[in-house]
Amino acid sequence: MSAIKPLVRVASRAMPLPLDSIDTDVITPMSRVIDGTYVDRAFEPLRFCADGTARSDDPFADPRFAGAEILITGANFGCGSSRETAAWAVKAMGYRVVISESFGDIFASNCFKNGVLPLRLARDDVRALLKAAENEQIVTVDLDEMTVSSGLQHFPFDLPEIRRKAMLNGLDDLDVSLSMLGKIEAFETARLARRPWVVPHDADEDGCR
Amino acid sequence: MTTMFEKVWADHVVTPLSEDADLVWIDRHYSHDLSGPFSMKTLSKRSLACRRPDLTFALPDHGVSTEPGRSEASTAAGSKMLPALRRYTSSLRIQLFDLDDARQGIVHVVGPELGLTLPGMLVVCGDSHTCTQGGVGALGWGIGNTEVTQLLATQALNVLRPKPMLVRIEGQLSPYVTAKDVILHLIARDGADAGSGHAIEFGGSTVRMMSVEARLTLCNLSVDFGASIGFVAPDETTYAYLDGRPYAPRGSRWDDAVDYWRSIPSDDDVGVEACGIAPQVSCGTSPAHTIGVDDLVPDPADAPDESTARAWSDALQYVGLRSREPIAGVPVQHVFIGSCTNSRLEDLKRAAAVVRGRRVASGVRAWVVPGSGSVKREAEQLGLHEIFVAAGFAWREPGCSMCMSMNGDVVAPGERCISTSNRNFVGRQGPGARTHLASPETAAATAITGHITDPRRFGEESV
Repeated sequence: MSAIKPLVRVASRAMPLPLDSIDTDVITPMSRVIDGTYVDRAFEPLRFCADGTARSDDPFADPRFAGAEILITGANFGCGSSRETAAWAVKAMGYRVVISESFGDIFASNCFKNGVLPLRLARDDVRALLKAAENEQIVTVDLDEMTVSSGLQHFPFDLPEIRRKAMLNGLDDLDVSLSMLGKIEAFETARLARRPWVVPHDADEDGCR
Repeated sequence: MTTMFEKVWADHVVTPLSEDADLVWIDRHYSHDLSGPFSMKTLSKRSLACRRPDLTFALPDHGVSTEPGRSEASTAAGSKMLPALRRYTSSLRIQLFDLDDARQGIVHVVGPELGLTLPGMLVVCGDSHTCTQGGVGALGWGIGNTEVTQLLATQALNVLRPKPMLVRIEGQLSPYVTAKDVILHLIARDGADAGSGHAIEFGGSTVRMMSVEARLTLCNLSVDFGASIGFVAPDETTYAYLDGRPYAPRGSRWDDAVDYWRSIPSDDDVGVEACGIAPQVSCGTSPAHTIGVDDLVPDPADAPDESTARAWSDALQYVGLRSREPIAGVPVQHVFIGSCTNSRLEDLKRAAAVVRGRRVASGVRAWVVPGSGSVKREAEQLGLHEIFVAAGFAWREPGCSMCMSMNGDVVAPGERCISTSNRNFVGRQGPGARTHLASPETAAATAITGHITDPRRFGEESV
């Protein structure tokens, strides 16, 4: 059962968000994770005032970037908490690719598990793309060619082969590991024979409670 | 040279998946009220069983109230999540350390203190600060909901192999300077993403001299340095800490384990000079926005580039500080001593040494939230709670508390808190709340004066 949409090529306008270190508490604040409105209220501190009204400088309200499938951000995007709601919110907002100089590792991993491509480029390349995005140019991300292009500019990128394959085919990691259960069981038997202390000593038997 | 990371990782590879990714078997998984129920529900929706319920341990910490006399009904989040955690752990036969269990507390405090986390293990949890567990020589990292489901179903994860990085810290720390100050200094110096994609081994003489509890604090902030894994190679200090813990191996199993643990440190001890570090305090909205307590608030005009300048200026506006003003002397309304960073016995002892015989400044709400039931009991046996209560601190029940504002423990908009936690993000302690990260000593000194204070001042006075 795979709910991941394969990603081969995306060509769209790109939403520029040139802020560094947007953490997952900003992408999906804890109060919104709890009350379930984390998609509608995604990026809340950037989009809403303390009284709940829309901010006049909400970067996502710019009609020029409505429908953009690519988000271009400052460095260290998605740092902080491991909450997967941040990846879900980015996906639900319609973004299929996020481009940054660096990402929080756990956020990047969560993106891949949900068919969103977190794409790392050098700082100067990100700057050039932010400019292209501001000028409303179409940005194209091509996983076959492994390039991002806009107008006459082409930027090659690297991606671990396993991630590329998973994105191209829409593979679900759970399905992948379930298909290897036999191997996992054999490894586990051997490991526990080799390192029996990995199974916790039963503290309740000692009356430790 | 083979590094400890490489040895431990290789010990867990079920099968390589590509040049840079492996399917790895996981020794231990911690579940909590925020991360557990969603994935456990997905598991049952997909009609999957929990493969190794004996290797997962669950405890409520994120959404629970820390108020004395609490129940799950004490917070909105708790009343929603805790019953679900109980239901699923019971049907999946996963051990739960519930609110009425003496072992309940913050996952990253409880795992090592019960001897559930051991050197050479791979440990995961749906929480980014799982890197804390590296303090006892395990490789721990935070995972998302999808991976929690995968872990429960298979006890294995497919992961990109992080690259090893060594951070060597050398020399004697000055009095009143702690592991917390070292790691905040490192983040401020090299940036909040400097460890991105890496598993960090902390080595060097300073780390060797640290207690296990201090090493847990050091590793706790690895993720805020960009590295999802941070660890310290096990040594005699580690074995002495773990020996006899409730879930640690016994008898010949213990001997076999220690034999193996002695083989895992990196073959060559592969920096940071510790002696020059002052007590640190954050002054913005990223742990990288950190300065010495005797420094001035930075001026965005001095930033190395335009985007950093903008980040600094946004941060200063949020926290309500002016550039070039001394950080010491800024008044606070709240003091929080707790969280998976700094809520262990040693932290409370060090804070109590500053507080003893003094009073919390008027107008300051000061809290101590022990990291677990065990920490709380041991602290009470030592009479630490009496020192705190006599000074005007509230003495609370174990939980994540004011670290991340989902359990009723919040800082009001525009108010300022000095906090021993790990993140000073916008809104982290409540909408509009202003956070200054610091060590337990610095937080305690600040509670007494009511404004950000260098704890070394108190040392001089008492000498």
